[in-house]
Amino acid sequence: MHEIYNLVTGPLAWLAWGIFIVGSIYRLAIMYILAKKKDGPSLAYMSWGFSLRSIINWLIPFNALGWRRNPVMTVATFAFHICLVLAPIFLLAHVALWDQFFGVEYPVFRENVTDIMSMIVVAGALIFAGRRLFQKEVRYVTTCQDWLILVIAVLPFLTGILAYHQIFNYQTMVILHILTGEIMLAAIPFTRLSHMLFAVFTRAYMGSEFGGVRRVKDW
Amino acid sequence: MGIQDRLIEDVGLREGVKRLTEDKIEKVVQAVLKGETGARLAAYNEICMRCGLCSEACHFYLSHDGDPSYSPVGKVQQTMAVLLKKKGRVSPDFIYGMAQIAYTECNLCRRCVHFCPVGIDTGYIMSTVRRICHKLGVTPQYIQDTAHSHSATFNQMWVKDDEWTDTLQWQEDEARDEFPSLRIPLDKEGADIYYSVIAPEPKFRTQLIYQAAAIMTAAGVDWTMPSEPGWDNSDMCMFTGDFEMMGRLKRRHFESAQKLKVKRIVMGECGHAFRSVYDMGNRWVAWKMYPVPVIHSIEFFWELMKQGKIKLAKKYPGPVTVHDPCNVVRGRGHHEKLRELVRFLIDGDIVEMASNREHAICCTAGGGVINCGPPFKNVRLAGSKAKAEELKATGVKTIVAPCHNCHGGLEDTVHRYKLGMDIKFLGDIIYECMEKPS
Repeated sequence: MHEIYNLVTGPLAWLAWGIFIVGSIYRLAIMYILAKKKDGPSLAYMSWGFSLRSIINWLIPFNALGWRRNPVMTVATFAFHICLVLAPIFLLAHVALWDQFFGVEYPVFRENVTDIMSMIVVAGALIFAGRRLFQKEVRYVTTCQDWLILVIAVLPFLTGILAYHQIFNYQTMVILHILTGEIMLAAIPFTRLSHMLFAVFTRAYMGSEFGGVRRVKDW
Repeated sequence: MGIQDRLIEDVGLREGVKRLTEDKIEKVVQAVLKGETGARLAAYNEICMRCGLCSEACHFYLSHDGDPSYSPVGKVQQTMAVLLKKKGRVSPDFIYGMAQIAYTECNLCRRCVHFCPVGIDTGYIMSTVRRICHKLGVTPQYIQDTAHSHSATFNQMWVKDDEWTDTLQWQEDEARDEFPSLRIPLDKEGADIYYSVIAPEPKFRTQLIYQAAAIMTAAGVDWTMPSEPGWDNSDMCMFTGDFEMMGRLKRRHFESAQKLKVKRIVMGECGHAFRSVYDMGNRWVAWKMYPVPVIHSIEFFWELMKQGKIKLAKKYPGPVTVHDPCNVVRGRGHHEKLRELVRFLIDGDIVEMASNREHAICCTAGGGVINCGPPFKNVRLAGSKAKAEELKATGVKTIVAPCHNCHGGLEDTVHRYKLGMDIKFLGDIIYECMEKPS
C-alpha cells in the first residue's frame, strides 16, 4: 500500500502535471498556429474590449438569454464549475501537500466548506447526468465522450468526500482519490475537458464578432 | 427521429446525390475541411459540451414540440459531427439528408448564439455544411436556379440588362404622374447615394423602386442607380455555398459604385444582402471593411428623419409590432433606430413580441430557406409556428418588417396561421404617409 501511495504521489503526480501543463501548452500552440494559418478572416476582427465584454457578461448568472431560459442549469453549472476549480486549490490537505513537498503556503478554506463544495460538484454532476438521461434534447446529442468526461470530473470529488469522511478503507480511498485526480489533470488537454483551455477564446471571438462587426450584444 | 424520417423529394438534391460515390464525397469533404476550415471549426467541434442549451433558441425546435433533431446541436450532430468523425467517408444518402438539414431546416439566424455559454456559432457550421454540399453539387433546385442566375447575369432573377433599365424608366414614368419632378438618375457620377436593390424588386416588387424614388425625391437626396450589372446587391450564392461567386458578386457591386465615384451605397430593405456585404462577401474577397461605405435602409431613413427630411402628411394608424430581421438586427444592431423610426411614423404604440430586438425569433424564411421553393414550403411553415404564436399574442394588425425575405416568410405565416395581419416595409409606410405634391 505504501509503495502505491509513493507511486501516485511521486512519479505519477509528476507525469500527470507534466501531461497537463505541457499538453495544454502544446494544444494551445497548435490551435493558435492553425488559426493564424487558416482563420485570418476571423482573427482579423479580434478585439480586447469586445472579448472582455462578452466574457464578463457571460460570467454573470442569469444575464445571458440562455441562462435565463434554463434556471436549473444556470445554478447547476455555475455552482459546479466554481466549486470544481476552487475547492481543490484551497483545500487544507492539498495546501499541506504543497507545503510538504515545495514549502509553498497560502490561505485555505475551512474543511467543512471544501467538503460542501465537493458535494456540490457531485450534485452538479448528478444534475448533468440526469439531463443526459432524461432530457430528450440532451440525450439525443450525448456521446460516449460526454459521459467519459463527466465521470473523469466527478471521481476525484467523490473519492475525496469518501476519504475525508473515512468511509470504506481510508488508505485505498486516498490512493484512488489521488489517482483519479491525476487522470483528470492529464485528460484536460486531450478530451472535451479542453473546453477549460479553449472556451475563453471561442467566447472572446464571438464577443469580438458581435461587438465589432454586428454591433450587438451576444448574450 | 431524425432527418432520414422526413426526407422531401427535390430534384436538385436527388440528381446531385445520384452522381456521388463515397470516394468522391470523401475527397470533397477533405478538401473543404483541410483547405477552408481551421481552428474555428476544430474548437467548436471539440468543446461543444452537448448541453443542449441552444435547443430553445431555435424556432424549428420550438415549433416541432421539442423534437431534438431540430435543435441547433441536433442538426450539427446529424451533419458536421458525422463528417468529422468519419473523415468525410459517408454515403450519398447521408449527403441528401445533410443537405436538407443545412438548406431548409436552419435559417443561419444565429439566435442560438445567445444561448451557448462557450460561444459556438452554429450558423457558421451550417454554412460550412452548405459549402460542402455546393462543392458536391447537391443543392435544392430552386435556390440553385437563383445562384445560376447570379453566375450568368450578376442578378438573382434572370433580369436582362435592357429589362433592368427599362423597368427603372417605367417606374420613373409612372411616378411622374404623382411627382412631376421625379427622376431615377442613372449612372450619375459623384452622387451622394448609390441606391442598390435586389433583383426581385424589378422582377415583381416594382412598387418598391417607385416608393424609393418618391422618398428620395421628396427628401431632396442626390442619388443614382447604376445602369449596368452590379445593381443587384443580393447574394443567393452565399447561401448555396458558392463562395467563389459570392466574392465575384460583391466585387462587382462595389466596383460599380466605385466607378460612379459615389459617396455611399444605400441598400434597400433587404437583410441577407446586407449580411453578404458587411459580413461574408467582403471577407471572401479579403476586405476587412468594405471599400465604399454601405448603409441599410433602416439607417438611411432614420438619418432622413433626424435631418427633418421626411415630412409626414399623416401618421400611420397603430399600434404595430416590429419584426427584427436577423441580418440587420442580430447582424447589425439596428433595432433601436428601427424603433425610433417606427415611433415617428405611426400613431400609436409598438407592441413588442415576447422575443424582440437581438433576441427576436427568425421569420423562418431567411438564410435561403424560402428560396428553396415549393418542395419545402410546408416544412418551413411548420417551423414558423413559434413565430406565429408570438405574432398572435401581440394582438395588433400590422407588422413592420424591413426585409424582403422576412416579408415573404411572414406573409406565408400570417396566411397559414390565419393571423389576419398586414406586413409593411418602412418604405411602404413612409410613402403612404409622406407629403405629396397635390
